[in-house]
Amino acid sequence: MSPVLELTGITKRFGTLLANDGIDLTLGQGEVLALLGENGAGKTTLMSILFGHYVADAGTVRAFGQVLPPGDPKAAIAAGIGMVHQHFTLASNLSVLDNVTIGTEKLTAWRSRRGAARRRLVELAERFGLPVDPDRRIGELSVGERQRVEILKSLYRDARILILDEPTAVLTPQESERLFSTLRGMASQGLSLIFISHKLHEVVAHADRVAVLRGGKLVAERPAAGASRAELAELMVGRRVVHASRVPLEPGQSLLRLDKVRVEAGGRRLLDDIALDLREREVLGIVGVAGNGQDALSRLFAGTAPQPAGRIELLGRPVARLDHAGLTAAGLAHIPEDRHHEGVVGDLSLYENAVLERIRDRRFSRLGLLRRQAALDHAAGLIRTFDIRGAEPTTRTRLLSGGNMQKLILGRNLVEQPRLIVASQPTRGLDEGAVAEIHRRLLEARGNGAGVLLISEDLDEIFRLADRVQVIFKGRLSAPLPIEAASEARLGLMMAGEDGDAPRAA
Amino acid sequence: MRLERRERTPRLLLVAAPLAAIATALVLCSLLIGLAGAPVLAAYATLFQEALGSRLGITETLTRATPLILTGLAAAVAFRARFWNIGLEGQFYLGAIAVAALGSGEWGLPPALLVPLLLLAGALAGALFLLGPALLKLRLGVDEVVTTLLLNFVAILLVSLLIEGPMKDPLAFGWPQSVPVTEAGLLPQLLARTRLHLGFALALLAALAIAFLNARTVFGLSARAVGLGTPAARHAGIPVGRVLLLTAMLSGALAGLAGAVEVTGLKGYVTTDLSPGFGTAGVIVAMLASLNPLGVVPAAIFVAAVFVGADAMARAHGVPSFIADVIVATALLTMLVALFLTEYRVRR
Repeated sequence: MSPVLELTGITKRFGTLLANDGIDLTLGQGEVLALLGENGAGKTTLMSILFGHYVADAGTVRAFGQVLPPGDPKAAIAAGIGMVHQHFTLASNLSVLDNVTIGTEKLTAWRSRRGAARRRLVELAERFGLPVDPDRRIGELSVGERQRVEILKSLYRDARILILDEPTAVLTPQESERLFSTLRGMASQGLSLIFISHKLHEVVAHADRVAVLRGGKLVAERPAAGASRAELAELMVGRRVVHASRVPLEPGQSLLRLDKVRVEAGGRRLLDDIALDLREREVLGIVGVAGNGQDALSRLFAGTAPQPAGRIELLGRPVARLDHAGLTAAGLAHIPEDRHHEGVVGDLSLYENAVLERIRDRRFSRLGLLRRQAALDHAAGLIRTFDIRGAEPTTRTRLLSGGNMQKLILGRNLVEQPRLIVASQPTRGLDEGAVAEIHRRLLEARGNGAGVLLISEDLDEIFRLADRVQVIFKGRLSAPLPIEAASEARLGLMMAGEDGDAPRAA
Repeated sequence: MRLERRERTPRLLLVAAPLAAIATALVLCSLLIGLAGAPVLAAYATLFQEALGSRLGITETLTRATPLILTGLAAAVAFRARFWNIGLEGQFYLGAIAVAALGSGEWGLPPALLVPLLLLAGALAGALFLLGPALLKLRLGVDEVVTTLLLNFVAILLVSLLIEGPMKDPLAFGWPQSVPVTEAGLLPQLLARTRLHLGFALALLAALAIAFLNARTVFGLSARAVGLGTPAARHAGIPVGRVLLLTAMLSGALAGLAGAVEVTGLKGYVTTDLSPGFGTAGVIVAMLASLNPLGVVPAAIFVAAVFVGADAMARAHGVPSFIADVIVATALLTMLVALFLTEYRVRR
């Protein structure tokens, strides 16, 4: 079988960083290839070179035997390569049909050939099992449906090689299953697919072949059938990763209790009469598909949200408003979802970010004057204690890797020994080593008596850390389930808005 | 050709950027000087000889730089917190007219305290003139670029109204100018037989004070955090609205102080041509200094030198003195490119 796609000796440098180092990779017709690797391993760079967004320093890309001109996405599309980005590139105010056809017609064309375009779209949707209504507006579609439109957009442009960047990141487990069976069907009709992932189970279950990238190098290629998850994990990280394990603890008194809490913004109800009770020495997981109110829930505890209606008790006392000063005084630490945007100011130094949240504290300022040396020492302590790598107190924070940035954010909170931690997506986008470290720290805080409200979209993380779990769907919270009573299938159904208790349709 | 963000910017580049920008601007403008039929090198030699080649030239340049340092600081302070105060000219005039109103000797203010009182009044007037736009932005989200820019015209017309009417100097032979500030309200000279006055020293002090404020105070760190990452600053519990309001007040006060210093140090009274564009030039100065308060001083001196020297160039070589505006404006454009190149590198 001759390969439809052939990458030879792809090398790409960013400054001193070698993002891709002499990578050779082939893709056969009808094959599903998984590209596995941690963040920063070079997966996205490699795919960007393939698609012409970047120009490689060395190496060539051949599609169907023809060498692609570097740095020319149009040539890549013309050669039959389609890319489905992790963040969709759809116009939400246009219809499905418009989004699919946009850019395929000449601006100077006298009339738009919508009839033909619609027939073609419907035909493609049917052939590949991607049902969508061409006239719905993108804004009305679910995330899974939007992804189908993205795929159709590539197919409409005659893609025969499809690259999907972390396609399951925004899907429920059930939606992911459906996606993979669609992809399998597409492969059986002769399309060739590459999907990027760092989830081992889906790689093993759904790919024909796995290529593992680490530190810019292709470290292994294996048939997926028979590959062991442990071996792949080790290849991906480069060493054995030891995950902290949760020991059962007796929860203590209530730290945070919400009852009938409601948040509205712009006429939309973001949180709808939610109730939860977080106690000492426990991790309460809140799981759900992105965009179901997690953001509003997390923001309640950042002190930056619109004030909620309903009853809130903090450390057993009812509170009227949740503002930053009050929350901090109560010993609450908040780990925001978007660390680059909200966690740190990237262009300030590490030591400035280390003290920013407590800048009025007598340790770090007096009479409005910064105690710079104290801040520098504090930052040096955090770097040591929390193993923040490749950084000094005066390093520009933007230069830290995601994992080290998160260690800084978590560290500056944990060092204050909080009684309550609200962490939103604390390990999203981090590599396995950093994930294990963050998990260990959170469990350690739990062991020291803190309560952790863990808002996550990652079921593995929930199963690893949470004592109890509640599902968030359309701004509502389910009743809490002990983690022993929750299965991936049951949570998946609840995340899709179905009753997890109802008997499953066969 | 494509651009890639730099991982880190070498220090050398930060120093070289403004110098390269100015050199490039001078090269570009030499085309215009050549077009005007003048020998380029001789013309530039005349310009810098006039501005920096003699005791008188240097003091004239520093005198001209004094209000520019202050308006440059005003812009740097505001822009650092991403508050786009384009109303420096208006705040300058408000500061100037407040000084003229209080310094005429009518109010029985103690002569010994008159100078500090007048400077304070000028700063306060400038700050208050920016209060409206600042509150509109914070409360209603009104774009401060529009409001501050338009208030410049309001300020000029207000000054015009006052000096044609209630504040008109009856001894000025009908010229529209304000009553002069009394002797006790004027700033002392720094050097005999020059026009250089205490205001220059005050401007230098202001630059040092702002540099200290930025680097070493809670307020300075808060303002930088707000400017560099508002959501993260808010998340860290920094009162973003209050910081922005105080920053705006500080910026307006510095611009108002510029007007006050120009009146008490140099002119003694207010006319509507008191400022040959100190407000707009302040924005350019701040950008040339990449918003660094200490960098504002050399940047202001460069801009002042170009303006002072351009007249001599016009006399000696027949190049229209408008070339000064062109040089300064070109320097702003090249500086923006240079700043961009300190953050990004060009790759093939």
